[in-house]
Amino acid sequence: MDADDPALGRLINQVAGARAARAPLEICGGGTKRFYGEAPAGAPLDVRPLSGISSYEPTELVVTARAGTALRDLEAALAEEGQCLPFEPPRFAPGGTVGGMVAAGLSGPARASVGSVRDHVLGVTLLNGRGEILTFGGQVTKNVAGYDVSRLIVGSLGILGVICEVSLKVLPASVATETLSFDWDEARSLDTLSRWAAQPLPISATAWHAGRLNVRLAGARAAVAAACERLGGERLESGAAKAWWLSVRDQSAGFFSLGEESLARGEALWRLSVPSVTAALALPGEQFIEWGGAQRWWRTTATPDVVREAAARAGGHATLIRGQDRVEVFAPLSAVLLRVHQGLKQAFDPARIFNPGRLYAGL
Amino acid sequence: MQRQAQVVAALAEALPRAAILFRDEDTAPFECDALTAYRTSPMVVVLPETEAQVAAVLKICHKMGVPVVARGAGTGLSGGATPHHTGVVLSLAKFNRLKIDPASCTATVQCGVRNLAISEAAAPHGLYYAPDPSSQIACTIGGNVAENSGGVHCLKYGLTLHNVLKVRGFMVDGEAVEFGSRALDAAGLDLLSILIGSEGMLAVTTEVTVKLIPKPLLARCIMASFSDIESAGAAVASVIAHGIIPAGLEMMDKAMTAAVDAFVHADYDLEAAAILLCESDGTPEEVEEEITRMESVLKDAGAARIEVSRDEAQRLKFWSGRKNAFPASGGISPDYMCMDSTIPRKRLAEMLRAIQQMEIKYNLRCVNVFHAGDGNLHPLILFDAEDADEMRRCEKFGADILETSVRLGGTVTGEHGVGVEKLNSMCVQFSAAEREQFLGVKRAFDPLELLNPGKVIPTLHRCAEYGKMHVRRGMLPFPELPRF
Repeated sequence: MDADDPALGRLINQVAGARAARAPLEICGGGTKRFYGEAPAGAPLDVRPLSGISSYEPTELVVTARAGTALRDLEAALAEEGQCLPFEPPRFAPGGTVGGMVAAGLSGPARASVGSVRDHVLGVTLLNGRGEILTFGGQVTKNVAGYDVSRLIVGSLGILGVICEVSLKVLPASVATETLSFDWDEARSLDTLSRWAAQPLPISATAWHAGRLNVRLAGARAAVAAACERLGGERLESGAAKAWWLSVRDQSAGFFSLGEESLARGEALWRLSVPSVTAALALPGEQFIEWGGAQRWWRTTATPDVVREAAARAGGHATLIRGQDRVEVFAPLSAVLLRVHQGLKQAFDPARIFNPGRLYAGL
Repeated sequence: MQRQAQVVAALAEALPRAAILFRDEDTAPFECDALTAYRTSPMVVVLPETEAQVAAVLKICHKMGVPVVARGAGTGLSGGATPHHTGVVLSLAKFNRLKIDPASCTATVQCGVRNLAISEAAAPHGLYYAPDPSSQIACTIGGNVAENSGGVHCLKYGLTLHNVLKVRGFMVDGEAVEFGSRALDAAGLDLLSILIGSEGMLAVTTEVTVKLIPKPLLARCIMASFSDIESAGAAVASVIAHGIIPAGLEMMDKAMTAAVDAFVHADYDLEAAAILLCESDGTPEEVEEEITRMESVLKDAGAARIEVSRDEAQRLKFWSGRKNAFPASGGISPDYMCMDSTIPRKRLAEMLRAIQQMEIKYNLRCVNVFHAGDGNLHPLILFDAEDADEMRRCEKFGADILETSVRLGGTVTGEHGVGVEKLNSMCVQFSAAEREQFLGVKRAFDPLELLNPGKVIPTLHRCAEYGKMHVRRGMLPFPELPRF
């Protein structure tokens, strides 16, 4: 990155000022994921002026964009070349940025088949708490020079530094897509999905809710056609299917929004990340299952302890997404991992100015 | 000697005597990994068999301030397992238990299990472990985690990072720790990502849970010859530009195909300036569709000859040459030095031309085999280590390739790691502030810097010295000596 860039220069100055005053900063983009994580604190540091695609060469399958670039603009540039962000980052609302996508580290319906945001980050340029501009990783897929800091940054919610620029691996959009629908209960769906996962099928996403399993196939035309024949089910019309998957990706589907009434009932939206083969979880409330069983959204009035315990027993963890204020959002860390987290915070942001407490209290 | 006796006595509290080696004749096999030019005699070697013993060894060494170098099969190519002369080598070869869970498509394996053994054990379930470094018959999963190993299929199936769910191990002070989980993510910062590829400097890995994937029903390989390297390089870019992600996309230059064909008779086109191996795998329908598209793209890119494998035997024959590139090079030269940089795909031809110029400049031959699909180069510089001048020219040649790679927008190591071999090149690729940040990461895990000290991250002083010497003489006179 060009250190003389005025937008970058302003960020560096603002960080220097905050460091001198020991005044916390809230790193901001479009604010579309501000609801996620612990409550934000600090004076806003707007990264959006640092925008634009720095380089994009479709034949390299790599795009480099500055953090303030609108996610919408990036995805449009990729679509023009028949490529995409294969991990389908959820957008929640218009206005999100590339930096926010990486900082939140959230992936959409295709995550179980193609990998996560983290799997597609190749390099990051970071402004750390000492006001230094550092670049880790690069623009090539295979790169083991030094520790993989660029991937540590993914999902860090800004606590280690300001993401300034990101290089991402992109992929060609699938040639063919079909969605099959099955009227199956949870147990039958989970069981079938785990059997299918062990077979070479072009399954790109799965979602179960209220007695209905939707399975999206994507890949070469012949492979998708052959899988449709084999799996059966009801084939959804392609426009409707596309709209439906979008509503899952962006969480605009009704299941994901809690109205005032459900909040008043003490309902919260939780994300349980568990091994895909975990048997049906018995919590009160309603459920939406993705990623072949590995991601289970619950609208539930169960207490945080009960939810966390259910996830932990299965070998996973639970995150509070919406509702129930004044509860810790992320599952508590073991003492040893907390110590490493504290050490990393100290290494990147010794004055503790970036997004304090956004991931865990004290970090 | 006194120190050695003290450490041995302390370790004897935790381990059976037979699991502690300290006489020179016993520790000699551990004095280097596959980077044999760098040798150090370790003070002590321990061979624990249980996690409790690993924890105890770490606790003792931590308390006594003794460096610890974890070691798997010792197949690493960058000296990541080179011992420390006042340290303990923690050999994890005895950790060889493995459990396949076909229902969840995972395997939970101890760190000393060989890479290929996982796929062999998973085969009856129609599953396999995708990363396949060329040393896969010998290298261990613990070593793969340390190096973030790749292989010929990582363009489509990813690196170790993309195929590991969870690592169990121990912190430097012997405390048990788990990174990642059997789910697809874990709470907090993604520490698994930074552990993988950290070359044994952040924690000791004892157990790894890996993803298994369904074995493709069919694989077919195209061998395409090109009469000049520019069109071969352009063909690689063109395949990707057409939205095709081959299961493998490899390139060899003329000197390399001649060497391997003499070694294994792979039926390569020996007239070609470069050949590409381009593989498709998946269901029979997918493969048929993709092979047709690949053929047409390669033809349009100017391939002089195209041959598609008729059957599995011919496919394996095509690959036999590629997989024997290193031993074949050993057959045509007393020694060779293998480089491992990565560059953007579009610079492949430019890089090959630059290497041809360097062959003249340093008066040494170089044969080239590239993981072209992901731009990872393995130029093999041929030289005779007995000849001091050739050895010096070879090191200059290598440094030139690495620095050219960085200049072309790449990196000094794609998959072999930094170890001790590329410490100087790290000074070229990273700024002082970036290297200091790496050291900060190291200290967050290992404040006393006892795990595999002196690897991966060069000190400021070393980089300053390298810069000076580099300008003055262009190379380090005694690269095996530690420089602080």
